[in-house]
Amino acid sequence: MSNSVSIKVHQVSKKFGHDRDEVIALDEVSVEIRENEFFTLLGPSGCGKTTLLRLIAGFEHPSEGDIFLNDESIAHLPPYLRPVNTVFQNYALFPHMTVSENIGFGLSMQDKPPTEIDATVSEMLRLVQMEALRDRRTDQISGGQQQRVALARALAPHPRVLLLDEPLSALDYKLRKGMQIELKRLQMETGITFIFVTHDQEEALTMSDRIAVMNKGRILQVGSPNDIYDHPSERFVADFIGDTNFLSAELVESTSESSLLKLASGKTASAGPSGSTLRSMVNIAIRPEQAILTSDEASAEFSGTVTNVLYSGTDSVFHIELKSGEEFIAKVQNSGDTRRDWKTGQALGINIQPGAIQILRD
Amino acid sequence: MSQNTSPLSIQEQLARQQETKTNWLLCTPALIVLFLAASGPLLVMLFYSFLTPGDYGGVEYQLSFDGWMNVFLFRDIFDDVLSIADAHVAIFWRSIRLSLMTTITCLILGFPTAYFIATRPRQSRNFWLFLITIPFWTNLLIRTFAIMEVIRNKGIVNNLLIDLDLIQQPIQMLYTDFAIMLGMTYVYLPLMILPLYASMEKLDFGLIEAGYDLYATRIRVLRKVIIPLIKPGIIAGSILVFIPSLGAFVTPRVLGGGKNLMLGNLIELQFGQGRNWPLGAALSITLLFIVMAALLLYVKNVQKSGVQHD
Repeated sequence: MSNSVSIKVHQVSKKFGHDRDEVIALDEVSVEIRENEFFTLLGPSGCGKTTLLRLIAGFEHPSEGDIFLNDESIAHLPPYLRPVNTVFQNYALFPHMTVSENIGFGLSMQDKPPTEIDATVSEMLRLVQMEALRDRRTDQISGGQQQRVALARALAPHPRVLLLDEPLSALDYKLRKGMQIELKRLQMETGITFIFVTHDQEEALTMSDRIAVMNKGRILQVGSPNDIYDHPSERFVADFIGDTNFLSAELVESTSESSLLKLASGKTASAGPSGSTLRSMVNIAIRPEQAILTSDEASAEFSGTVTNVLYSGTDSVFHIELKSGEEFIAKVQNSGDTRRDWKTGQALGINIQPGAIQILRD
Repeated sequence: MSQNTSPLSIQEQLARQQETKTNWLLCTPALIVLFLAASGPLLVMLFYSFLTPGDYGGVEYQLSFDGWMNVFLFRDIFDDVLSIADAHVAIFWRSIRLSLMTTITCLILGFPTAYFIATRPRQSRNFWLFLITIPFWTNLLIRTFAIMEVIRNKGIVNNLLIDLDLIQQPIQMLYTDFAIMLGMTYVYLPLMILPLYASMEKLDFGLIEAGYDLYATRIRVLRKVIIPLIKPGIIAGSILVFIPSLGAFVTPRVLGGGKNLMLGNLIELQFGQGRNWPLGAALSITLLFIVMAALLLYVKNVQKSGVQHD
């Protein structure tokens, strides 16, 4: 069950406007979202993630392609015929109704009997810990509480898929952290597929089972948070998620499992598979925390001079100018056994942890 | 702590009292204008309604309740028997009925219009609103005569229907209640559209999407989400249409042909040919009470719908 496909987006394009003003919001996007999955659409604003969400919700219809829910095409259905609910970015709670009326709205629109509505509303209020405020008006509760009501309202009709459009962006840092945990808990408890839209990479990494990184109307990479972080497929993904050093290297040897690179320093290093790249000069990405600094300049994979040191408590960040002229950022933990007393102007060598060099597609 | 704050709070209280006094002083000109312009004429009317009519119009300063009695009662000039003034009751009833129907028609026509304007791109909304206000540029009487031209027996509508062989004889539309209602709807429609638009413009269309998302069909979104949210606009528009309709006299006079009188005509008659100013004054005040009753009903209705959510 947990591996069957819930939402399948098949070569969907969405265009707005006509002729010369035409804007392509989504460009032949295909993705499969599994049952009971916490799936995140991650990307900068304008990347098409909200458009994709609105297509799944039914507020927009695709210009091309199809969307399936459990193998049934839903692309042509209006929102009120889809067993899919949305938590809106600004919550969109009905101001003329109480908290419990808001939560019961979906059920009463489905013509459920009043006793069942009451029972479900009470259950939802308990689930989001809002029992005490059930008869309040929605403008009399705080932002965090409104967030909970919006969640309960969308969950009450037991949708097969819950869509969340940057629901935490309006909350302050502390509340946001709390709600991240809460959301994850709700997803596990209800077993509903969550599709979560955010531009916050940290939020995406903490909460998701899988992430789709989007840019300019296309999905660049889909994978687990680990996958996306450790093995970004292209420069945009590596750059958008976390900090990355971008260097160029020469591809010497390439098999389906691994490849051999010749670095600018003349040293060789092994890396993951090069994928579809056939060029001899490739771009590589190295995470700052994968660097091991050493005084043994001669045998190290890279060598350079420290230009700046930033101390930030748990770790220190070193800005290093490589011999090739490229800039390299290394992040070293300040625990007892790692040396951190590198000074500005000092020459040093850099080794990269095995398997940490990622060859990029572009 | 309390010793420190109490002198301060006394000072504050004094300052506040001073402020209240200044505020009242600043309001005085407005209050004087309000009294002279609003309450003054009403008091004169109330005074006149208890006087005796003069032979050639005007009043004689002699106390009489005939004016008020004649509002609903009719004294037979031969045997002094009092009976209900059927004609007046009919006119009251027609006025209320036609005003209500006009209000409802304006609401039905104005709602989609206002919704259309409110959903246009921001730049083009002003253009549409401008179009709505164009009729105001032409004199009311001329517009009313124009309607007359359209609906009279040999007018555009009847001619067209006869030419199309849909009817043999012209339909009598002019000088009917329908004509009055049509005229009033045309005249007061903008007064309905503008407040409706004002409240729709503030409507968060995300709430409509939320309604659709939560399994509400179009008609249910309209009933459960849109209408409750723009209720203030509906009420304001209804008041703005209902009240002037109730007192209208140009439109019923021209389009009703003098036989389908409304309250406005009846009042006008007393001050003109009828030469019965006290009755006219009493009728005016009665009209005022009807309007106030209608307003109270509205306000109560609004409060009730507010209480439900508290």
